[in-house]
Amino acid sequence: MDIAALLASEWAQLALYAVAGFVLLNVMLGIVTFLVLMERKVSGWMQVRLGPMEIGPWGILVTVADAIKLMTKQDVVPRHVDRFVFRLAPALIALPPLIAVSLVPFGKNLIFADTSVALLLVLALTSLTSMAILMAGWGSNNKYSLLGGVRSAAQDLSYEVALIFAALGPVMLAGSLSLQDIVKAQGGVWFVFLQPLGFILFLIAGIAELNRTPFDIPEAESEIVAGYHTEYSGMRFALFFMAEYANMFLVSCIVATLFLGGWQGPVLPGVLWFVLKVFAVIFVIMWVRWTFPRFRVDQLMTFGWKVLVPLGLLNILLTGGVMLLV
Amino acid sequence: MTAPETIAERMAKDVIEQPVRHEVTRDLWTDDFNVNIGPQHPSTHGVLRLVVTLDGEVVKKVQPYCGYLHRSIEKISENRTLLQLVCFSDRVDYVAAMNANLAVCLAGEKIAGIEVPERGQYIRVIMAELNRIASHLLWFGDFGLNLGAGTPFFYAFREREQVINLFEEVCGNRLTYNYIRPGGVAFDLPEKWVERCQSFLDYFLTKLPEYHRLVTNNPIFQVRTRGIGVVTREEALNWGLSGPSLRGSGVDFDVRRDDPYEVYANLKFRVPLGTRGDTFERYLCRMMEMESSVDIIRQCLEKLPGAQGGHAKKVSMLARIPANREVLVRTEAPRGEMSVYMCSGTGGPKPWRVKYRTASFANLAALDQLSRGYKIADLMAIFGSLDVVIPEIDR
Repeated sequence: MDIAALLASEWAQLALYAVAGFVLLNVMLGIVTFLVLMERKVSGWMQVRLGPMEIGPWGILVTVADAIKLMTKQDVVPRHVDRFVFRLAPALIALPPLIAVSLVPFGKNLIFADTSVALLLVLALTSLTSMAILMAGWGSNNKYSLLGGVRSAAQDLSYEVALIFAALGPVMLAGSLSLQDIVKAQGGVWFVFLQPLGFILFLIAGIAELNRTPFDIPEAESEIVAGYHTEYSGMRFALFFMAEYANMFLVSCIVATLFLGGWQGPVLPGVLWFVLKVFAVIFVIMWVRWTFPRFRVDQLMTFGWKVLVPLGLLNILLTGGVMLLV
Repeated sequence: MTAPETIAERMAKDVIEQPVRHEVTRDLWTDDFNVNIGPQHPSTHGVLRLVVTLDGEVVKKVQPYCGYLHRSIEKISENRTLLQLVCFSDRVDYVAAMNANLAVCLAGEKIAGIEVPERGQYIRVIMAELNRIASHLLWFGDFGLNLGAGTPFFYAFREREQVINLFEEVCGNRLTYNYIRPGGVAFDLPEKWVERCQSFLDYFLTKLPEYHRLVTNNPIFQVRTRGIGVVTREEALNWGLSGPSLRGSGVDFDVRRDDPYEVYANLKFRVPLGTRGDTFERYLCRMMEMESSVDIIRQCLEKLPGAQGGHAKKVSMLARIPANREVLVRTEAPRGEMSVYMCSGTGGPKPWRVKYRTASFANLAALDQLSRGYKIADLMAIFGSLDVVIPEIDR
């Protein structure tokens, strides 16, 4: 058997996918580690303090120290919990963003899997997160956790619809559900200029999807202690924490892809453009978190159903109308 | 409210004029369940335990349990001389220790017939008002945390730190001062302290608009506080609320003005009032109180009489209290009315009975009535707006 045939065989393809997946997984872990540091630094600067400064030069190794601490901690499973669900939830919550990120076009040729329904798949995967949160809330057998889990389910129901409506604008303009096609359609004008309303709606619904302030109701510290992950500690807690940042990265990637032209941009290489845009979006999300107080549960649902969903429908209507006329 | 005079009013003018919309809709019912909030919980500011009966997210009943921080301060005070028992008052309300010092010293002086030189009285008022600012700043930060906003806390602590530094210069302590003593204050003001205090006040007024931009004018903050936890005038009086929690409901009563102690009668200051008695108005009252405190301190610094060293009258360690006397003094602490009752019994250096009436206890008692029918999130907002300090409840 010659080498060319071997490389072309299905086994080689599978091996390639495995290597690529391994690389992507590690890149994601690195990004998550960096995002935790970035969050601390950004919050520090916003709160007239320095943020972490002790571990490593300028405090850059603090998340590494955190990771070591969390990994070496005793694995506590409280006696009264639903053991199977309790243990499954942290594993499940970290999966969807790691899978979904393989559908994101990082560059012109740098994409791990491009399918014609990529956007649909990504949105479906992100909504699985709330399933895991509900499992954690239920399985912990703790009143705070249960409240957190139920809140998360209610919140996701309200915001998923708005998120999908807002994402439909770029899809209509590009005429495709493939993320790569949507980026390619933005060679001239970024969709943020054609879809300003859709962009804002998507960003708001995205933050709500991430359960971050002002929508951090499922883990509202001052009300329900830590919400769905009250009973978790050590590495299981770390998985929830990682999932939050991985999801943040993913949502920022989708925002950059749908509205900010993805890897499109002059002079600089595409990957760099993409990273710049993603981190700009991440910064905005962090900025919002450290500026705003938290919504109340019913206000959040009112906002979702009575403001975001109608505006999302209006956006689709306007986009369709303009496309018909032009 | 009348024409805007203060920074708070100017910054929050539009907000005050907006109509309030708040509706609690309950179409669905679930089984009640009890949640223990505390003794260890992120927003109980210490060790308070609330047993909350919930119907889903809706609060049906709140039962506060206190006593986790009881240290027998009143009983201990019965075995201490007038000078010795002052340091325990620090621990009654450690967020505003100067005000607690002042209350117990006033009672001790009244029962033993001790006069305080005018300079000492002015210094006491300056300290009490500075501590009111520090206390309100801490409350402002905590209130933000209760609503899920982390950043106001750090802004407030930046300014509070400067007040604490001023206190440290005066008496060496940063939290429990034991500075105000029977007969005056422990030490006179250090050199250039008056100038430093003045420059702090100027700096502080430039920072207040920042708070209003960050918090007061935030639409989420407004929907979270306006129309929430409404106390009518009558209810506020019936439940014995005091301080900003009372004035937020429009009851125009301030001990400093209406039953003046020390030199408050010589000072002109504004008592901020609310009209609706919701969480937002209680918030705004405290924000405006900080400004009127600045006014008071400025007047005191200007009028400060006497020469260096005339800050106190020497009081013997064993100053005797005449027999068969009882006194009650009222003061306006940051949280509301703090009164101290002292009874001399058979006389001698030690009082027979010391009793603190603290505002937090009465204010907390109203929490159940205030928060019924609201959500858990509102419970935290209402709880925060009452500005409860746990050691003050338990003593």
